[in-house]
Amino acid sequence: MKILVPFKRVADPENANKVKVPVGANGLGPKIETTGMEFKPNPFDEYAVEAALRLTENGTAPKARLGEVTVVTVGGPEADQTLRGALATGADKAVRVEATDEQLDGAIIARALAKVVAQVGPDLVLLGKQTVDTDSAQTGPMLAELLGWPQVTFAVQITNEGNGSLLVTRNGDGGVQKVRVKLPAVVTVEDRVSYSGGVTSPPTPATHKYADGVRFAPLPAIMQAKKKPLEVKKLADLGVDTALSVKYLGFEPPPARKAGVKVKTVAELVDKLKNEAKAI
Amino acid sequence: MPNPLYESEIHARLREQARRFAKKEIAPNAHAWEEAGIFPRDLLPKLAAAGIMGVGYPEAVGGGGGDLSHVLAVAEELVVHGESVGTVVGSGSHGIALPPIIRGGTPAQIDRFVRPVMAGQKISALAITEPSGGSDVASLQTRAVRDGDHYVIDGDKTFITSGTRADVVTVAVRTGGEGHGGISMIVVEKGTPGFTVGKKLEKMGWWASDTAELRFENCRVPAANLIGEENAGFLAIMMNFATERLMLAGNCVAIAELAHRKAIEYAKERAAFGKSLSGFQVVRHKLADMASKLAAARALTNEVVQRHTQGEQVASLAAMAKNVATDMVTEVCDQAVQIHGGYGYMREYVVERLYRDARLYPIGGGTREIMNEIISKFEGY
Repeated sequence: MKILVPFKRVADPENANKVKVPVGANGLGPKIETTGMEFKPNPFDEYAVEAALRLTENGTAPKARLGEVTVVTVGGPEADQTLRGALATGADKAVRVEATDEQLDGAIIARALAKVVAQVGPDLVLLGKQTVDTDSAQTGPMLAELLGWPQVTFAVQITNEGNGSLLVTRNGDGGVQKVRVKLPAVVTVEDRVSYSGGVTSPPTPATHKYADGVRFAPLPAIMQAKKKPLEVKKLADLGVDTALSVKYLGFEPPPARKAGVKVKTVAELVDKLKNEAKAI
Repeated sequence: MPNPLYESEIHARLREQARRFAKKEIAPNAHAWEEAGIFPRDLLPKLAAAGIMGVGYPEAVGGGGGDLSHVLAVAEELVVHGESVGTVVGSGSHGIALPPIIRGGTPAQIDRFVRPVMAGQKISALAITEPSGGSDVASLQTRAVRDGDHYVIDGDKTFITSGTRADVVTVAVRTGGEGHGGISMIVVEKGTPGFTVGKKLEKMGWWASDTAELRFENCRVPAANLIGEENAGFLAIMMNFATERLMLAGNCVAIAELAHRKAIEYAKERAAFGKSLSGFQVVRHKLADMASKLAAARALTNEVVQRHTQGEQVASLAAMAKNVATDMVTEVCDQAVQIHGGYGYMREYVVERLYRDARLYPIGGGTREIMNEIISKFEGY
């Protein structure tokens, strides 16, 4: 199976306190100051890579690749490090579409990815359900729409049925749902897809137990990742409509947390919840 | 934190892996393991599966490649993000136990003693120090007498890291006459009749790492376990010392990094007299001094590690790096406790534990005074 995993470099959410928004007109900042922030791969995309690797290997002998996983990102040269990280984890190839953040919104990214899909020819596009920076959760669904492919969002479990279809368990509002989807398809994943039983794929014996979470890249794999192919394409060369449909007008940091109060009795707590917080 | 002069993208990738591992597998249990004085044995296969155990060892012996700079980068991430020095040093005892076997051992010895450790199945330890002497290796008294296809070992070893659990112990023994020319290295396996583990020693720090006394009484070990040539062990021990001292200097940098971070965090959170502690110049300057000394020790350690990996003989420089780093970690941990005030004296705060852990470093792997003697000798004073 050939799988394409779109991948995004995001600001490390653990350093969210380092985010600074310079104050501009009307109290809104023109941009978010990113200097000094640490960046990492979007965790949901890392889960997608893990799931993609499990779908293209025999888990008892993961060094022999039985399929192909290509990771793709849209961004500047600094994103190459993120791609190299995914290659070290086990992805086979990488593509970067050269663009700056200011040139992009979710729709442009989806259009660019659709072009990359046409060039790479995957059977499956697997990606995080959302990125942890903008949280818009739009790229996967928009890409499926552009491709005219079926999509399953919020996957927590994927079974390769071996006959050109996947059985996907997804989290919905009212519980879990099992969806059979014909390939080619777009699937967006949650963290649980990287848990021990997150992926079932025939070459891996049912008795094999994966460790929970994304696999670690040993040093030899990190070194070999430098030699794996990383192709850079220009956004302009893909022939996509690059008109922004989302414009950021300004930014402001969330209000600082107010100091708490201690209550003496349950009655006082209920009174405050009801009359001050109006939560009940 | 990592310096691009000394660290490549490879180090950065590797640090990410080690950080993720530490947060997932060590940090959640760090305090409990340290308080219980237990080393979690099942961490070893996990370290091996994640490719961390083999960092710094050739792929030909089951390792993952890389050099001492990679070892230090990984250890720093494990300490800073796992927050348990005992766990990290306990899982790293092979760092001193295996190199003599890898350098001087036969392929059969490497298969038997090195590979299972790299795979996380066995634990290795290095036994040099004796109750009657530590740094004075040339005077060691444990004897190994050849008897047919065996050596018969008699003597005691002490302060052996991972000693209570070790399956494979690289032991320094006297096979020849007095002095450094009569010393050999031999591997003793757990279960060998006559080899007993005395007791688990109660220590000031490094609680999650066990330390033991080992006893050899009429202990018959196959002659095939001798590493390299008979009576040629002293050089192997001395070569190992330089690496060990740089690893210890790296530990000091890592511990100080963590203590400094904890101190900053506390100084920003804690309020006194209507402002945060970091609002006081005296506290900010303490933090600035800590950061400066840390940067200096880190720079020297990095430089000596690089010169070492490039093949330079660094016995004197390694001793300097160790002393600079141990002085630094002693002061940084002391100041981190000071900034924490009463809480810094409480066991539930990490800095209290780091303060105790740090006290080992001017002693272990050769005392501060021995380091100065080495420097004096090499510099020809």
